[in-house]
Amino acid sequence: MTNEPTRTNDPLLKVEGLVKHFPIKKGLLQRQSGAVKAVDGIDFEVRRGETLGVVGESGCGKSTMGRLITRLLEPSGGRIEFDGTDITHLSTGGMRPLRRDIQMIFQDPYGSLNPRHTIGSIVSAPFRLQGVEPEGGVKKEVQGLLERVGLSPEHYNRYPHEFSGGQRQRIGIARALALKPRLVVADEPVSALDVSIQAQVVNLMDDLQDELGLTYVIIAHDLSVIRHVSDRIAVMYLGKIVELADRTSLYQAPMHPYTKALMSAVPVPDPRRRGAKSERILLKGDVPSPIAPPSGCRFHTRCWKATEICRAQEPPLLELAPGRRVACHHPENAPDQAPGDPALASAGEAIEVVDATPKTAASPAVPEGPAPKKL
Amino acid sequence: MTELSKTGAVVDERPGTSEPRAFLDVRDLKVHFPTDDGLVKSVDGLSFQLEKGKTLGVVGESGSGKSVTSLAIMGLHRLGARGRHVRMSGEIWLDGKELVNADPDEVRRLRGREMAMIFQDPLSAMHPYYTIGSQIVEAYRVHNKVSKQVARRRAIELLDRVGIPEPAKRVDAYPHEFSGGMRQRAMIAMALVNNPELLIADEPTTALDVTVQAQILDLIRDLQKEFGSAVVIITHDLGVVAEIADDILVMYGGRCVERGPVDKLFYEPQHPYTWGLLGSMPRIDREQTDRLIPVKGQPPSLINVPSGCAFNPRCPYADVPKGGITRTERPELREVASGHFSACHMAQEERTRIWTEEIAPKL
Ligand SMILES: Nc1ncnc2c1ncn2[C@@H]1O[C@H](COP(=O)(O)OP(=O)(O)OP(=O)(O)O)[C@@H](O)[C@H]1O
Ligand SMILES: Nc1ncnc2c1ncn2[C@@H]1O[C@H](COP(=O)(O)OP(=O)(O)OP(=O)(O)O)[C@@H](O)[C@H]1O
Ligand code: SF4
Ligand code: SF4
Ligand SMILES: [Mg+2]
Ligand SMILES: [Mg+2]
Repeated sequence: MTNEPTRTNDPLLKVEGLVKHFPIKKGLLQRQSGAVKAVDGIDFEVRRGETLGVVGESGCGKSTMGRLITRLLEPSGGRIEFDGTDITHLSTGGMRPLRRDIQMIFQDPYGSLNPRHTIGSIVSAPFRLQGVEPEGGVKKEVQGLLERVGLSPEHYNRYPHEFSGGQRQRIGIARALALKPRLVVADEPVSALDVSIQAQVVNLMDDLQDELGLTYVIIAHDLSVIRHVSDRIAVMYLGKIVELADRTSLYQAPMHPYTKALMSAVPVPDPRRRGAKSERILLKGDVPSPIAPPSGCRFHTRCWKATEICRAQEPPLLELAPGRRVACHHPENAPDQAPGDPALASAGEAIEVVDATPKTAASPAVPEGPAPKKL
Repeated sequence: MTELSKTGAVVDERPGTSEPRAFLDVRDLKVHFPTDDGLVKSVDGLSFQLEKGKTLGVVGESGSGKSVTSLAIMGLHRLGARGRHVRMSGEIWLDGKELVNADPDEVRRLRGREMAMIFQDPLSAMHPYYTIGSQIVEAYRVHNKVSKQVARRRAIELLDRVGIPEPAKRVDAYPHEFSGGMRQRAMIAMALVNNPELLIADEPTTALDVTVQAQILDLIRDLQKEFGSAVVIITHDLGVVAEIADDILVMYGGRCVERGPVDKLFYEPQHPYTWGLLGSMPRIDREQTDRLIPVKGQPPSLINVPSGCAFNPRCPYADVPKGGITRTERPELREVASGHFSACHMAQEERTRIWTEEIAPKL
């Protein structure tokens, strides 16, 4: 872990019981008919200088969580502490001095770039807003930044619609990193990039972390990328954190059944292993709605291990091994928390396990043909 | 074993032969954008073919012209949606009809029914002021004479198929009320609403978690089985192409540098840029590495495109002797094996040697 001994040990960011509910309004009178429970009580800490990866199903509340901790959204409940200061309900004005320190890279680059501004002016905006004059001038600094994220100076005077998807994403990255913030929440920072530029941006973020001691919260769906960049990883499911662990343990021995299913579904870049993944767990049940989440453990409608207690009681997020927190009554790779409980009828049907040619992960099946040994 | 697909098997690259040779036949396509700084040659001589029932995976550099190509096929450049006076040339044949020079109304009629696209940027493709449902309903009713209620039922059915929970409730949500992945799925629903014969999916699963991704790929496969659709899937995720594509096309700097059956591209790739791509990915099926290895150097300018091979300034093998071919000569796509093409001046034996001895063992 990158937690350097010289730094103080208290976390940079501390989140307790964080909640965000979006009201659903109906009809002409716009009466509230319910709420989307996007984030529904989560606790975690981000240590100084570390990278916390966040993964989870689409719609489980990752971006909302990111917008809450950067205070682009007002929390409905809970508490957020940044570097010892309570920022839970700070006003826009109150946040201003902290804007420099807390930055967000947005998932949807198109929606976050003003179409009427050139890239040059978009990336120099943070300097103007915070009244910062870098050595050598803003323009030079901005061009340098563009170059570091793999864009060229010829892009300086162009408008967002003239860029490709991946180029737009890099503009967002350059803007977020411009003022050398302390905490960067990056929502899918590299998903629109080709693997080579992805490698370049990941390395850049890595270097900046070493140089400036940046702390990252990185949200991504690509589990290969997440494994590469993170020190610790939080797995979210339907507004909750269900597992939080260091990356090695998480990948080698996931404890939460949802984590296990997630890991097994990663597509492997090898056409000869098509349909021949060693054990892929397909979740068959419908994705539940965050408007009316299932009782007890929110995963019980899709879990193959679900028992009575899972439907009735929400499992707390407990430290079942040093540095590993899991919310499950019957975790994998850890002692059963509620042994002997009768299984739910739905559990038998919950998944389909596809398995064939069970080769180990590191040596793909190589059939006949003049293929090189490894790919 | 993966069978050799027919899609790449056409050797003839001569532009101007007037008969289409496949369901989708793109020939010498050029799309250039005039800007204040000069002419941006986003696509600069691209040719490929695709048959019905087949899937072409398009990978390559960010900014190499993948989306611009898709928009060209969909006839969306002329709408002025992107760029001022785009210059387009070449031919795009779809099901026997040429689209580059066709009447815009004709292309509009094809769009949404015979061909549909899943856009890379869901926010840019969806109208912020209309509900998700009404946009899908609209897309359906343009091509089908049905009542609003029927169309609404179809919209809910599709939202359900792409895995939106409680579709009957969420159908009236606005795009900003959906998560990134839900917007992407809503757009997929919109693209599939008319069972298109050609589906172009531009990064269809990047915002999706792997379980939903698997579900979407299955849905695309179903569409293909049921309607024999041709699918172009653009993605940076080599895991996805390995999973779903019959053929792969690798783009760099507005051109195709390599194209061939998926198995060849992964096991016997014949272009240094393809090697670079394979080498820079983090792999979950391998030991953890400390640092990723990107292709060195900066992406090429599309205004001052290097003469000769566009990859030259970054290619570790640029100095390998090429039997008298000079640096300024542009390598054309040449067939190296049945259906497998590469645009590189190096002799094939040399490339095979480098791949087997230097590249593959390190992957
Ligand atoms: N309207 C425009 N005016 C000027 N340049 C443009 C315009 N649209 C696209 N470009 C340029 O054309 C090139 C190709 O863009 P395109 O969107 O096709 O890339 P792409 O291959 O889809 O990349 P990505 O993987 O990042 O989405 C880019 O370098 C982009 O900057
Ligand atoms: N402004 C809003 N109004 C109403 N509902 C919202 C709003 N923003 C988000 N939601 C809902 O909150 C839930 C969580 O959304 P969020 O964007 O945080 O998901 P996510 O985990 O980032 O998903 P993805 O991986 O697809 O980006 C979703 O059900 C979404 O529809
Ligand atoms: S075993 Fe029970 S508590 Fe654990 S994930 Fe499954 S349903 Fe939830
Ligand atoms: S033609 Fe030359 S520069 Fe281009 S890829 Fe081949 S070896 Fe490299
Ligand atoms: Mg999101
Ligand atoms: Mg694109």
